[in-house]
Amino acid sequence: MAEAHSPLEQFKIKPLLDFEIGGIDLSFTNSSLFMVATVVLITGFLVLGMRRGAMVPGRWQSAAELSYEFIAGLIKDTVGSEGRKYFPIIFTLFMFVLIGNLLGMVPYSFTFTSHIIVTFALAAVVFIGVTILGFVKHGIRFFSFFVPPGAPVALWPLLIPIEIISYLSRPISLSVRLFANMLAGHTLLKVIAGFVAVLGVFGVLPWVMVVALTGLEVLIAFLQAYVFAILTCLYINDALHLH
Amino acid sequence: MTENGPPDSLEDLDERIREAEIRRNGKRGQDDALERGKGLTLALRIGTDLVAALIVGVAIGIGLDYWLGTKPWFLVAFFLLGAAAGMLNVFRTMSGFGYAAGYRKEGRKDARGTRGKRNG
Repeated sequence: MAEAHSPLEQFKIKPLLDFEIGGIDLSFTNSSLFMVATVVLITGFLVLGMRRGAMVPGRWQSAAELSYEFIAGLIKDTVGSEGRKYFPIIFTLFMFVLIGNLLGMVPYSFTFTSHIIVTFALAAVVFIGVTILGFVKHGIRFFSFFVPPGAPVALWPLLIPIEIISYLSRPISLSVRLFANMLAGHTLLKVIAGFVAVLGVFGVLPWVMVVALTGLEVLIAFLQAYVFAILTCLYINDALHLH
Repeated sequence: MTENGPPDSLEDLDERIREAEIRRNGKRGQDDALERGKGLTLALRIGTDLVAALIVGVAIGIGLDYWLGTKPWFLVAFFLLGAAAGMLNVFRTMSGFGYAAGYRKEGRKDARGTRGKRNG
């Protein structure tokens, strides 16, 4: 154990290209590198997959079409046909989170979704976007959102703050869920993997566990992206179909 | 069928029920995986929904106290409101009212009419 690696070492941001404008650190970091890699991978996957646009799709084209249809179906189920024009943002978010999570599963890579600032930025985009959408669609009536239907007026002073807190908790819950799951999963993997070498022959046990946990992490990576997408759909649905 | 044998264990019964279900439904395996995925999705959502509202409540409380110099009082009040909002989030998710604040069902113009549905 010459070099004792902390299980949290993997989350460290390392600047690759130092870069500063007006006192603001804008370095190109390993996090940025993996975000760029994610975008390139998604673009390559979709553009090259659909290059031939064959009537009878090959394997790659099938995969690209499957991901499209998965999100299209999700929107149709949760929002309905009016939700179709929000497909680009939901699909982008889903693919970005999904590929980011999966890239993080590659050994020695960096998981940018394990940083709260990244997930919070994504959640803030959704939250602000949905709020603006609600205002554009309904104008000032948007505030009736915070008045529970059928509640006596005497209870409004109590219920309206609760509803507002509930509304404000959306971006927090959206970002914390993704970040915490990725952070906890990757830390756990690293900690248990650390036991393999230390325990010698008995290291087989944690090794089996690591294999199982890796499978679980891949599942979680997919589910988190799915939850992110489905909640975005639900929020858009709420903003569109206000009372 | 097995009147004379010893009483079956619960695992055995479970197994037989499952087999009967397979025979009836045909493709149980796939449905089961889908069902489990849905359950896991819900679990992931609810856990954080509960805590997130509490975080927001406490943050607002501390912020107001800091601003108005009324040290513990807003924190106490908004802690409770945040806890209530967390419960509300979970209740809404579970009872299928969607996720939103102030969500109403279709044809929701009159507030009175929806009350029964909300209780349901």
